[in-house]
Amino acid sequence: MPMLLKLFVSFLQVGLFSVGGGYAAIPLIQNQIVNVWNLMTLEEFANLITIAEMTPGPISINSATFVGMRLAGIPGALICTFGCILMPFTICLILAYYYYKYRSFSGVQTVLGCLRPAVVSLISCAGLSILTLAVFRNGKVDFSPDNLKFLEIALFAGCLFLLRKFKLGAIKIILGSGVVGTLLYLLIPGLL
Amino acid sequence: MKKKKIDCKLLRQLFWSMFTLSACTFGGGFVIVSLMKKKVVEEHHWLEEDEMLDVTAIAQSSPGPIPVNASVILGYRLHGVIGSLTAVVGTILPPMILLSLIAVFYDQFRTNRIINIALTVMRAGVAAVICDVVINLAKNVIGTRKILYITLMIVTFIMGYFLDISAMVIILCCLVTGIICVIMDVMKNKEDK
Repeated sequence: MPMLLKLFVSFLQVGLFSVGGGYAAIPLIQNQIVNVWNLMTLEEFANLITIAEMTPGPISINSATFVGMRLAGIPGALICTFGCILMPFTICLILAYYYYKYRSFSGVQTVLGCLRPAVVSLISCAGLSILTLAVFRNGKVDFSPDNLKFLEIALFAGCLFLLRKFKLGAIKIILGSGVVGTLLYLLIPGLL
Repeated sequence: MKKKKIDCKLLRQLFWSMFTLSACTFGGGFVIVSLMKKKVVEEHHWLEEDEMLDVTAIAQSSPGPIPVNASVILGYRLHGVIGSLTAVVGTILPPMILLSLIAVFYDQFRTNRIINIALTVMRAGVAAVICDVVINLAKNVIGTRKILYITLMIVTFIMGYFLDISAMVIILCCLVTGIICVIMDVMKNKEDK
């Protein structure tokens, strides 16, 4: 089978079977790329996941692009990403159609009403885990002084203040924290 | 939904919103969703808050990356299938461009100190944005003054954060709770008649 077709078939399956978000997709991608098609070694794959986690964007799109690019250049990157989102796109379009058709029914409203608090909790869990990574040196909840990153704590507090008080946009806050934080780290080397 | 003319201005806004969001967010799907909520509900007023939460639940329950799924539904709501395509292209372009570049300059990227510092400190900003969104959302859930919703929020938080139960299972549990509520409502109505 030609390489591009192999890649397309693998990522079509990754897209179709990765229910439950990015991290659910990692073992699937690993299985397809490392075990089934032998396209990468396990070590290369581990590096790929580190990169995909460090960079913005959904982790499965990141890994699809990265695998495609490393193995077959730009056509590979395009084919992998396309394969990865084809099935989710179709399924979500159908779900969106039914959601907007039936969402005003009272029974549907009751069920959705019970799902909303869960989504709030899930978002706050995601927020807490990224906050833990940001302010604790070892990535665990541990308040001993040499484990705290004071610059990050100050940045977090400052950003939150700007968000609550002046309702600044999300993108400005994130980019701003990146620029201010990096400059401070470079100017005051003792912080690292 | 059935617009005859294509609203280019709306599509352009949609594309750039998704593009910038996708370019600036790190971590799992719920991170991007909370930023999307801030942009789409608070800045552009495209969706109501409840609608955004529904969209998130649907995006979580169907296969594929949550941000892609959420942008498909958002795009569909704003401008039908063309809207979906626009939103999805906006969402996947930044990671595609970035990762293609990184794949080529792999070693330089991994060892660059400034990039590493910037990517690490930005987490503080991302955490602040999510915290802001969660405060608003939790306030609204408490504001409904419905004990069922508040209890569900606390219980699902404990399940997710302390017990490490997967998002999929949590959503399913709430789905079952919702269906039980509907059945109870139906039975109550029958008794009243």
